[in-house]
Amino acid sequence: MEQFIQQLLNGLFLGAIYALIALGYTMVYGVLRFINFAHGDVFMLGAFAGYYLHKALMPLMGALPAPISAAVILLLAMAICAALGILIEFLAYRPLRSRPRLNVLITAIGVSLFLEYTGQLIFGATQRPFPEVIPKKNIEGLGGLYVSNTQVIVLVTTVALLVALRFIVMKTKMGLAMRALSLNPTAATLMGVNNSVVISFTFGLGSALAAAGGILYASLYPSIEPFMGILPGLKAFVAAVLGGIGNIPGAALGGLIIGITETLVAGYSQDIGIPSGYKDGVAFVILILILLFKPSGLLGKVEREKV
Amino acid sequence: MIFKKYGTQLFLLAALVVSLVVSLFADQIDDYYMDIALNVGINIILAVSLNLVNGHTGQFSLGHAAFMAVGAYGSAVLTLQAGAPMVSALGGGVFGQSLVFIIALLVGGVFAALLGWMVGVPSLRLRGDYLAIVTLGFNEIVRVVFTNTNADGPFGGALGLKGIEPYTNFFWVFAIAAISVYVVGSMVNSTYGRGFLVVRDDEVAGESMGINTVRYKVTAFVIGAFFAGLAGGLYAHLRTTISAEGFGFLKSVDVVVMVILGGMGSTLGVVIAAVVLTVLNEYLRDFEQYRMIIFSLILIIMMIVRPQGLLPNVVLQRKKNKKTVDPA
Repeated sequence: MEQFIQQLLNGLFLGAIYALIALGYTMVYGVLRFINFAHGDVFMLGAFAGYYLHKALMPLMGALPAPISAAVILLLAMAICAALGILIEFLAYRPLRSRPRLNVLITAIGVSLFLEYTGQLIFGATQRPFPEVIPKKNIEGLGGLYVSNTQVIVLVTTVALLVALRFIVMKTKMGLAMRALSLNPTAATLMGVNNSVVISFTFGLGSALAAAGGILYASLYPSIEPFMGILPGLKAFVAAVLGGIGNIPGAALGGLIIGITETLVAGYSQDIGIPSGYKDGVAFVILILILLFKPSGLLGKVEREKV
Repeated sequence: MIFKKYGTQLFLLAALVVSLVVSLFADQIDDYYMDIALNVGINIILAVSLNLVNGHTGQFSLGHAAFMAVGAYGSAVLTLQAGAPMVSALGGGVFGQSLVFIIALLVGGVFAALLGWMVGVPSLRLRGDYLAIVTLGFNEIVRVVFTNTNADGPFGGALGLKGIEPYTNFFWVFAIAAISVYVVGSMVNSTYGRGFLVVRDDEVAGESMGINTVRYKVTAFVIGAFFAGLAGGLYAHLRTTISAEGFGFLKSVDVVVMVILGGMGSTLGVVIAAVVLTVLNEYLRDFEQYRMIIFSLILIIMMIVRPQGLLPNVVLQRKKNKKTVDPA
């Protein structure tokens, strides 16, 4: 029982990060109706931005308390990736705005490969350790459960970002425009919403969340390389589909479910007699099942296809 | 006249004869060029079979390497486990070997076709980018399963299989390539094959005309997967070592790039793209770290500048030109 709760806790922390990445997928899908395949690679770039920022800024910020310098690095990396996301949208996706969705998807795959292999060229293919800004400590909680302070920080940061996102989407004018655009692009345009600005903003916001996800993931699993974004990206996408793509609370829920399931499979694989490597296949099995039985996702609305 | 009536059959016959003749003189061809030629042939099979699914039927699949993997493992396991006794039971020699090789290839192809059916069934409810992700998911599942098999088991775990008999030669590769071009071409151009195009062009209209679009989608997946399985078997018996890592998402992307560059739905274009990209790959071997950057830029630039491919389907193009409004 104790072990089970411990696994559940570990899954919760992983799931929080998946949720963060899934939000980027869901927002872009909600506004543009296409799967931004390169989202996982922005996640990777976020982790690398954190790595280099740490290298460049730590000598300057040595005197500051660790949480503040960590926050500075996180926010700067998010800003860099937001700019990158906007740039990617502008160069690769904007020229295709009126084309079939499949063309955009293929472009997105191209962008994803481009980021991965350019990353390999620039950063090198070897794995590197991700720096610990805040020294890791284990905290013993109730009933012999262990939680590290990194895990707590990850969860707190994720929740803070989710609350901030909810505020932006629900309470600001830009959020209103995003919701309008996702509901009905034509009507939104007629009401004076500037599509391009809103789409750029959505990409920036999604990319910033991906960057935060990348840094948090790298603090939990402190080893980064140019291909680290592929699997978490795909799993986060599954999380978005599971929750109902285009639905923000759904993405958060889906992220938690995927994270917890994966951790449980990895933790209990010995007991049920399957290799622990199968944990990487779990998300896709979930994806196929959800699309077969409830294609709109757990919290999604059923959409009639227009002829 | 005879050419007009039996044109495609004559093409098939000619291709078979040419591949037989070339394979008789294979000893005199430099090994390096031979290797490139065999890779070209295998990639033609992969690209043409994927084109049936992605190009003609318009069902975007990102998991072609999974079918290739199943074909490669299926045929390799058969020849590794039971190859030697079967060859001697058939009297040994070239005849026995060829027969065993055909059986192994077919077994791999049938397993791949079964997987294709499994992928095709969920595709009944999905389209476009969802289907792309599901096929990608299938690809990952196949890779994860093969990687995590027992290292002492028949699939060799993460290290894969080695010591596979090098049965693949010029004749088998190009004979099967010619057959795949013939089968896909004549299927699509037949009355039956109009169904594939209906699924691509307007599924809803097709359904309302009483066309069973589901059957066409599954057929396309099964046939595409079968030929990919054959290509996998040829690949396994050419390389003599295989591992699951070689059949991942990137291998699928390689084939997708061929289909896109050649023009979705254009058999000739796809064949040419397979040849060009395979040869280009060899030239880029010294610039390995730039290869995928170039490929990804090809994808992006093609989609922005020329989404119909370098050599688009001529008939389709004429129809498109008449319409001034893009239906999408």
